[in-house]
Formats: sequence, structure tokens, C-alpha cells
Amino acid sequence: MSSSESQQPVAPPVDGAGAASEGAAAAPVTPPWASGPEKPSLAYRFTSSPLVLSVAALIAALVVGGLLIVFTDQRVLTRMNYFFNRPSDTFEAAWKAASSAYVALFEGAIFDPHGEDWTQRIYPLTETLTIATPLIFAGLGVAISFRSGLFNIGAQGQIILGAIVAGYIGFSWHLPVAIHLILVIVGGMLGGAVWGGLVGLLKAKTGAHEVILCIMLNYVALNLVLYVLTTPGFQREGSTNPISPQIDRSAQLPRLFGDSFRLHWGFVLAILAVLLVSWMINRSTVGFRLRAVGSNPEASKTAGINVTAGYIVVMVMAGGLSGMAGVSQISGTEKVLTGDVAASFGFDAITVALLGRSKPWGTFWAGLLYGAFRAGGVAMQTNTGTNINIVLVVQSLIVLFIAAPPLVRAIFRLPDPSKTGRDKKARKASAPKAGAAQ
Amino acid sequence: MSTAVQENRNTVRPPESSEPEKTVVRHWRTAIIFTVLALVTLLVCAISAADDTVVFRLSETRDTIRLGDVALGSRVTGWVLAVVAICMAAVAWTAGSKGRKVPWWCTAVFWAAFVIAMLVWAVSHADSNSLSLPGLLGGSLTLAVPLIFGSMSGLLCERSGVVNIAIEGQLLFGAFSAAVAGSVSHNAWVGLLAAMLGAVLVSLVLAVFSIKYLVNQVIVGVVVNVLVSGLTGFLYSTVLSRSNVGLNAPDHLPDYAVPVLSKIPVIGPVLFDQSVIVYLMYGVVFLIWYCLTRTRWGLRTRAVGEHPKAADTLGVNVNRLRFWNVLVAGAVAGMGGAFFTLVSVSSFNKDMTAGQGYIALAALIFGRWRPFGALFAALLFGFATNLQSVLSLLGTTVPSQFLAMLPYLVTIAAVTGLVGRSRGPAASGVPYVKE
Repeated sequence: MSSSESQQPVAPPVDGAGAASEGAAAAPVTPPWASGPEKPSLAYRFTSSPLVLSVAALIAALVVGGLLIVFTDQRVLTRMNYFFNRPSDTFEAAWKAASSAYVALFEGAIFDPHGEDWTQRIYPLTETLTIATPLIFAGLGVAISFRSGLFNIGAQGQIILGAIVAGYIGFSWHLPVAIHLILVIVGGMLGGAVWGGLVGLLKAKTGAHEVILCIMLNYVALNLVLYVLTTPGFQREGSTNPISPQIDRSAQLPRLFGDSFRLHWGFVLAILAVLLVSWMINRSTVGFRLRAVGSNPEASKTAGINVTAGYIVVMVMAGGLSGMAGVSQISGTEKVLTGDVAASFGFDAITVALLGRSKPWGTFWAGLLYGAFRAGGVAMQTNTGTNINIVLVVQSLIVLFIAAPPLVRAIFRLPDPSKTGRDKKARKASAPKAGAAQ
Repeated sequence: MSTAVQENRNTVRPPESSEPEKTVVRHWRTAIIFTVLALVTLLVCAISAADDTVVFRLSETRDTIRLGDVALGSRVTGWVLAVVAICMAAVAWTAGSKGRKVPWWCTAVFWAAFVIAMLVWAVSHADSNSLSLPGLLGGSLTLAVPLIFGSMSGLLCERSGVVNIAIEGQLLFGAFSAAVAGSVSHNAWVGLLAAMLGAVLVSLVLAVFSIKYLVNQVIVGVVVNVLVSGLTGFLYSTVLSRSNVGLNAPDHLPDYAVPVLSKIPVIGPVLFDQSVIVYLMYGVVFLIWYCLTRTRWGLRTRAVGEHPKAADTLGVNVNRLRFWNVLVAGAVAGMGGAFFTLVSVSSFNKDMTAGQGYIALAALIFGRWRPFGALFAALLFGFATNLQSVLSLLGTTVPSQFLAMLPYLVTIAAVTGLVGRSRGPAASGVPYVKE
């Protein structure tokens, strides 16, 4: 993580004093006010900002995805046979293939103008938010472990454990309304926290690498859920399929906007979690320690921070958040426990956290984006026949491009803040003076 | 767990009169594990055993030299093996108390007794009490082939200091390219070559992003796996599934029986009557072992993986060597990918590697980053997987999910130091930036 963090573009010094002192360092004989370079232009500041970089990565990934759609489209391929006779046909078909797929993606994710009433038109957006909910929870869990220098890729297993516990409490205990839901939430968080804490404990006590532990525990959790679904305590009565009974009404998260939308209160809880994690990381002592351990474990140890205990605490918190993703799946969206309850949310959460640069609000927006891709991808597949796997390609390309800023800068010819033309100019200007001083 | 480990490691200083500097470190860990497992064997396989007869068939009807079947009384066998296991645990205790390491033969005999006892117990509880040994072992080898190629790919990367989480992606893309090229050319060998090239492409992405752009290697690996899964899934359902183009019906790689060796009872058909890719696998493992330990390239690779700065000081171009090793690793993994579409199944399917790349990674770690270690670990994992399917065919009561968990649990035990500590190359995962 640290290497990609270090890849983050360093903001160019925009204030006059910083720039002046830089100029002074390059040419010590000239007074600062004489050689102080001019303020960078607005266009320069815009094109070198991290946000533009993210958007550029998004565009690049969408273009690659579009090319894939175009070159596998049957209509385009048949028109390509007579490309040199009528090239316009090919381009027309290509544009149609790519644009119709992306329009369908948008209509399935944000707003459907063909809907008969507002409920139908707005339905895609609520669907996006529903899918984004577990992604945000699990993404937050992954993000806080990234911030403390732990590469937690075990969100999948933590979600599954959270779902197992939440589901069990949900369908086998029969309790009054409020208490039941609270117990489901607490149980789910505990389930995830135990699974995450196990990684932290083993890492802290034995020094085993967390990546390996996480991968292995993901598979153990998957087999565990498949196993418990064959036991009488979990399997639905009279069913031979690995599926649990539906959880009680009292254990379900209520719908947010009535029964015509699937969106539930879990989304509100996710926003609360973002606020809480944001406060925790940026304002609290725990968060400070966590970031210190992430930036430099040796220095933190010297400063008196208990690093091994920190690993356990972080992994417990990360597991708890991923457990909440399991709760939102069980108690909000699915309402039954199956082997596929975690889908691929745990793996997507890693890329969500990366895309959000391990910051709480960044993770939130990245989770929304991924939720939109997922919801829109389903609509795209049904409406235009474009396979949903293209979404996976685009998502992974976005992360690859964002992780390698030099590549994106090279593609879009964006300026690099760490080696700018301004610096070159300054160096050129200072070189003869330095020679003269000698 | 580890606190127990620390408590068990008593440091005993002999009296001052003898050599005062000498410190004896006593390890009780192995002895404790042996005792616990021996008692489990005693309880499960001996005391509460069903009194049944278990038949192990040593040869198939088509074999030239036929051996008779071995019939074992499950209770008697359980008792004998439990006693053997307890004796080995006692040996481990004696060795521990004298501050010596547990002898290798003791470890080997113990695990053999334990595994056979569990096997007899599992088969005796199944509906059918007859098990074909060559079938079990042959199936294990077949299942282990992609794991072995995958772990060799991981080994080449990690020994030179690049973490390879992308084994899964390399296998999957190798399988995909093999299917397409094999179908287009109607030649399985072209398919094999294409698989290697395809996996090299995946490696290229890994190498460019992790070595040139210094992106965290684990991130690249995870993302590349998703990318390959999405890409092959997309191409599979848009291009390959169109019925009019025969893009997904590759020829099979041929089988070959080594003339004399394949006639040896039990192990002959298992080891020497296989698909050519299995012989290729023998060659690759031996070659990697030889090159890694006996050649200049191997020395440099290991140096770059352990201490790149020192290697650089002595004139090794660290990043170039890493780059090439990652590409070669891709070619090796590609052969494993070809196994899926050219040997075991005759067409490509979405996500057909199903996490084998991660098990290969586990095998690499369990095998302590050594070629033959990884080979045997992969064989063990293949055995566990095959045992699971064989036992479920026999109708056993052991839940198949627990057997499926076994490789992962064993790996966790290995990395946490419960069963012999495995420690990776020191510089693995750390990008090298020349100062």
C-alpha cells in the first residue's frame, strides 16, 4: 500500500512563499523576490489534480471497455468484412454497439427515462444504492486496514461469517421487533470481527503474512457456510438445496421508501458508518495510532504505540464493518442465507477501497460507482445483450490506471507535478548563475 | 496458540561447571501436536471404530502385472496404527527432552500412520468399503498438475522478489488461450504454446505495473485476477459461445505410456501412464530446481529475492532480472492453464480454474518456497481434493466441505509456525528502486 500511496501526486507548491523558497534553494545567490517563479496557471493546477487523474482513469477504462464491446459485436464484425468499400457502415455500427451498451448501463444505474411513472424511472438509482450498501461497509473495513498498513483482503470471509451469525439469529431466535434487529446487527458484526480479529491475532502473535491468512480464511469461510447449510440447524425444512429459512420479519431492516423499492435502512447505517470511520481515523486517538502504525511501524513502536495490539484492533474493526456488509445482505436485501450470500462483494471491496484511496468518503463514492456498475450491468445485459463481465473489465482497469498515475498521465498528456516544465525552466535559469558563482 | 508455543520453548541453562555459553533450546511443539493427533487416532480409529473390512484394490483389471487386493480389518488396523502413532509421539518427546530435533523418519512414520488410519476409518464408514489405490493416487496427481505448474510460477516470481497473486489469472488466461488456439489450429501443441504466450501476457501486466510503475504487487495481482476473469468471461459468452464459430473445441494433448516403467504395479500407471503434460511437469520442476540451485542465474535470482541492494552492488540488474523471471513464470503457469482445456476438460468455461491459483500459492508457501517442497505440497493438496471426491462417491459420512477446507487449514498452520515455520524470500513484495 505504501508504494501506491507514495505514488500519489505531490501537489505543486501554489503559495508564493513555498515556490520562492524553492527557487532560492536552486539559486542561492539571487534574492527570493527576483527569481520567484510565476504562480502556476489555473489550467496547470486543474490538470495535475488527483481528481482529474481519477476521471481520466475512468475515461480510459471506459474506452477500452467500449473497444472490447465493439470488436466482439456481431453486427460490427459483419460490416467490417466490407470495411474498405463503405467504412462508414462499420463506424456507425461500432458507435451504435458501444453507445447503446453504455446508455443501457446508465439507464440501469441512475435514471430510466422509459419508465411509465416516477417509481419506475427512479428505481435504478435506488437499486444502485442497495447494491452499494454492502460495498461501502466492506470497503470501509478494507480501507481502515490499508491505512494501518495491513493488506486485508479477507473481507469476503468476514462478510460470510457475519452473514452466518446474523442469519442464524434472524431465523432461529424469535424475539420482539427492536431487540431482534439489534441482536442481528450485533451478532453479524461480532461474526465478522472474530474472523477479522483472527487474522490480526495470528499476524500479531506469529508474524504470518496477512495476505496469505486472508486468502486461506476466505476459502475456509466459504466451505463453512456450505457446510452449515447442510446441517439441520440451518437448512430450510423440506429443502434439499443449501438454503436457510427466511429470517423473521422482526429481524429485517425496514425498507426506506416503501415496498416498491428494495432500498433499506442499511444504506443510512452505511452513511453513519462512513461518518463514524471518518471521525475515528481523522480525529480520534485510535485513528491517529492506526495511521502512525501504517506510515511507520518502527517509529510507532519507538514512540510507545503497541503495534501488535494495533493490528488486532484494526482487524477486529475491519471485520466488524465487513460483518455489517453481511448483515445488510441478510437482513436488508436477501433475507435468506445461501452459499452465495457474499457474492463477490468482499473482492470488490478491495478495489472500492483502492479507488477511494483508503479514505472514508472516497470509499463511499467508489462504493456508489461500483454499485452503479453492478446495477447498470444487469440492465445492460438484459436490454442490449452485452455481457455483464465487461463491467469487471472496466472496474479492474480503473483501479490499474489509478494505481499507476504515470501511465494515465502519459496517455492523456497530463503534466506531472513532480517533474514539471516549470522546474526545468528554473533549473535552466539557475544553471549559468551557479556556474558564474563558481 | 502462539503463547502456548512460547511457553513450551524452555530455555535451560546447564550448570556453570560445563560450558556456560551453551544454551539448550527445547522444542515441545512437534511432540504436543503428535500426541494430540495420536490420541485422536486412538479415540476415533481404534476405540470407537466400526468392525468392518476395508479393501484396497492395488491394480486395475487392465494391468499386466496384477496384485491381489489388500483387505484390512478396520478395528485391528486402527489399533495398530494408533499404537504406532503413540510410539512416534513418545520418540518426539524423548528427542525434545534431550534438546534434539525430532528425527525425520519419526515424522514420516507418524504422518503415514495418521493418514492411513484416517483413510481406513473414512472408508469403513462409507457405504462401499472398497477403494482403488491406483485410482486414488492417479487422480491426485492429475488434480495436482495445474497446482504444481502454478506454484512453480509463484516460485520463480517470489524467489526473485515479486509477489505473484496473479497465478489464478495466469492459469485462467492460459486455459482460455489454449482453448481458442487449439480449436483454430486443430493442434493441441499450438494450443499449449498459445497458453504459454497468453499467460506471459498476464505476467507482462504484472511485471510492468509492479516493476516499472511500482504499484503494490499484491494490488496488481488481485486486480489482474479480476481483469482476467472479466475478460475471459466476456469473450467466452460473446465470442466463444456463438455456435457457428468452432472456437471452443480444442484437441486433446495425447497420452503416453512409458514402455517399461508403466508396468510397475501401483505406481507405474500412476506416474508413467499419463498425459504428456505430466512428463512436461516432471521436466519443469527438475529444471527449475537445477537452475535455481546450480546455475549463475539461480544464484542471482535468489540474491535478488533476498537482498536486492547487495545484488545490485555486485552488478546484477535487479529489475531486469525480475522482469524476465516474471515473464518466464507466466510461461510456466500457462502450461498449467493448458492442462484445464487440453487435458482435463475439452472446452473452456467461465472461471474454470475455480481458485486453483490460490491453492497453488498455498502449496508454494507450504512447500517453503522450494521446488520439491512445493511439488510435494501440491501433490498433498491434490490428494486431499481427490480424496474428497472419491469418498463422496463411496458415500462417506465425512462432510466433503471439511476435506475441501484441508489445504487452506494446513497452509494457515504452516504460515503461523504450527507445523514447521515457513518463511518467504526477504525482499518478496518490496519493489526495488535504485538510489
